[in-house]
Amino acid sequence: MSVLRARTREVVVDRVERVAEDVVSLVLVNPDGSPFPAWEPGSHVDLHLGEEHVRQYSLCSSPTDLSHLRIAVLNVPDSRGGSRWVHENIRPRDTVPISEPRNNFPIKDSRKYLFLAGGIGITPIIPMIEWAHAAGKEWQLVYGGRSRDSMAFGDRLRDEYGDRVRLVPEDESGRMDLQAILGLPRAHMLVYACGPTGMLRTVEDLCMGWPPGALHTEKFAATALGTASAAEPFDVDLVRSGKTVRVPTDRTILEAVEDVGVRVLSSCRHGLCGTCETTVVSGDPEHRDAVLPQQDRDSGDMMMICVSRAAAGCRRLALDL
Amino acid sequence: MTPSPTADVTSLPDDPFSVANITDPYPMLTRLRENGPVTWLEKYGVYAVAGFEEVYEVLTDFETYCSSGGLGPHDIREDEGWRPPSILESDPPTHTVMRRALTGVINPSTVRALREPFTPPAEELADELVTRGEFDVVKDLAEKYPLRVFPDAVGIPEDGREHLLPYGNMVFNAFGPKNEILDRAFANADEHSAAIMQNCARENLDSTGFGARIWDRVHDGMLTPEQATLLVRALLSAGVDTTVFGIGNTLKCLSQSPQAWATLRDNPALAKFAVDEALRLESPFQKFHRTTTAAGTLGGVDIPANSKILLLTGAANRDPRQWHDNADDYDIERRASGHVAFGMGLHQCVGQPIARLEMELVLKALATRVERIEPAGEPVPIVHNSLRGFESIPVKVVPRS
Repeated sequence: MSVLRARTREVVVDRVERVAEDVVSLVLVNPDGSPFPAWEPGSHVDLHLGEEHVRQYSLCSSPTDLSHLRIAVLNVPDSRGGSRWVHENIRPRDTVPISEPRNNFPIKDSRKYLFLAGGIGITPIIPMIEWAHAAGKEWQLVYGGRSRDSMAFGDRLRDEYGDRVRLVPEDESGRMDLQAILGLPRAHMLVYACGPTGMLRTVEDLCMGWPPGALHTEKFAATALGTASAAEPFDVDLVRSGKTVRVPTDRTILEAVEDVGVRVLSSCRHGLCGTCETTVVSGDPEHRDAVLPQQDRDSGDMMMICVSRAAAGCRRLALDL
Repeated sequence: MTPSPTADVTSLPDDPFSVANITDPYPMLTRLRENGPVTWLEKYGVYAVAGFEEVYEVLTDFETYCSSGGLGPHDIREDEGWRPPSILESDPPTHTVMRRALTGVINPSTVRALREPFTPPAEELADELVTRGEFDVVKDLAEKYPLRVFPDAVGIPEDGREHLLPYGNMVFNAFGPKNEILDRAFANADEHSAAIMQNCARENLDSTGFGARIWDRVHDGMLTPEQATLLVRALLSAGVDTTVFGIGNTLKCLSQSPQAWATLRDNPALAKFAVDEALRLESPFQKFHRTTTAAGTLGGVDIPANSKILLLTGAANRDPRQWHDNADDYDIERRASGHVAFGMGLHQCVGQPIARLEMELVLKALATRVERIEPAGEPVPIVHNSLRGFESIPVKVVPRS
């Protein structure tokens, strides 16, 4: 815990606002009013709640305005208590320890974006939209929720961005028709989805026919630890060449290996063709390719190093290179 | 009516399908690349794309540059095709269904399992050829090896395999214009087509090969019987000629580059890199078409909707902007990764790992047995509308002591 503690800072709750049914938004500022460090769309902070609980919340303020950070918290009745604690205990002018912003859900550059949000999953999407809009990208948001009242920031997004935002309250228009939205793959379009597990599972199924790498998800509900690999660099031992390379968050294993002069045959570099298949000597891979069959994924003996990475909690892979 | 070009594109009279430009394509491809990434070809009324960046763009933008118009110069949606459209000639979501079925059958795991059965035939052939000392790479090796291993992997009957090469010849020549080359390839078209279609039928496939596994997907409800037939057909038509030419072209490069052979001989593990660099330099699949679905801009040129685009992958793979000033050299130390010899994007060759395996095994078998390989005569290029290969590549080999 001391490691986590070392990376936290005390912030002051400037405002607590009810932004939808069961959703409060917290505006956090530094005690001395100084700006926060820069962060990227998709980032979250850990909120330290009392002695025991650490919870991850996506930042939904603007990365261009570092005077404050905003998060939004849904009160989940059967949760492990973090959200209820926030709803019941946090008051304006309280002090809370938070981590530095970290990004498990970075947005990649492309031409077109499809943002899919379910319920409180809207939070990381808001800064992404702001970025995409400012960069002149082609984008659209489909945002579903139980009812209009339950959909935080829905009306605000609709007022600000107009037709690019489609709100789908279930009690008025039924569930989001993901089949219709994702049925036809689009070239150069990246899909960023955040929401309940059931929705994400459907999105993942439907995106099987999309080019590999098109879909990006953050499983919002209490699984931030499961996506830690994207946020952390890791080391790769190349057992045949006797070298060790560090793979930073913004490079692939393939690139890092090539950088130290070790040759690997590759072709598509997007996890589609299987050419860069590499034997795993030790460590747990997190498979992100579209070609390796399930039994190979489960055994963990092989991986496509153009897209796949070390799994959460695995800081070291050894590869037969 | 012949379409006319947009105002901002340079026209050239060059004919990529003339016998002279087929037998020695590179001077023309250099001319086209130097003219700009996109050139209007007067003779055919198509936009030819020669720059790597632009070819890559077309291959990955499957919405703007669709495949359902066919890979030839005529829009197959406008007239009766000579056969039902294949996976290569389809777009999502139709394409998605077939691609998923195919990757379920051909994937890293199933291809890994082929290494063992594919190795002894490569070694036997290499043993025999090294003893002979002088042989024709095409007739004695490149045409023999894939025909010995690949149809077994698909599981088609022995009977009728002689139709595979002529059928592949028809399919790939049809990606070019209706010229004499195409007429010759289609001389006995009905006979070859009928034999191939018969080999793709469920009852004629053995129970263990890729063909039977594709048919299993019909049982799962993932494919219709017609789609299964077409996918088996696609494997057979795409998987033979191209590999034959890939083996031939690789050995042509190596026989003309003693230094490269010495490097490979000293380290046969480099075989897969030697193959990859040959695929870049002498790409077996040189050119095919796409059709625009909407007006757009490519390489600074405005292109209207419903235009045919001739993709010159052979030119892209030698574009100095991508492969540096020595793009025309065979350099097995080069990082050739990302070349477009197998295409790129949604339609990138599904059989690629099998083709790479075959080529690597043949080359490894030779590299461990041959001290030196050198030309024993001029290679004779084949006259073909879309593939780059040779009728004959005579070589001499000196065995390792």
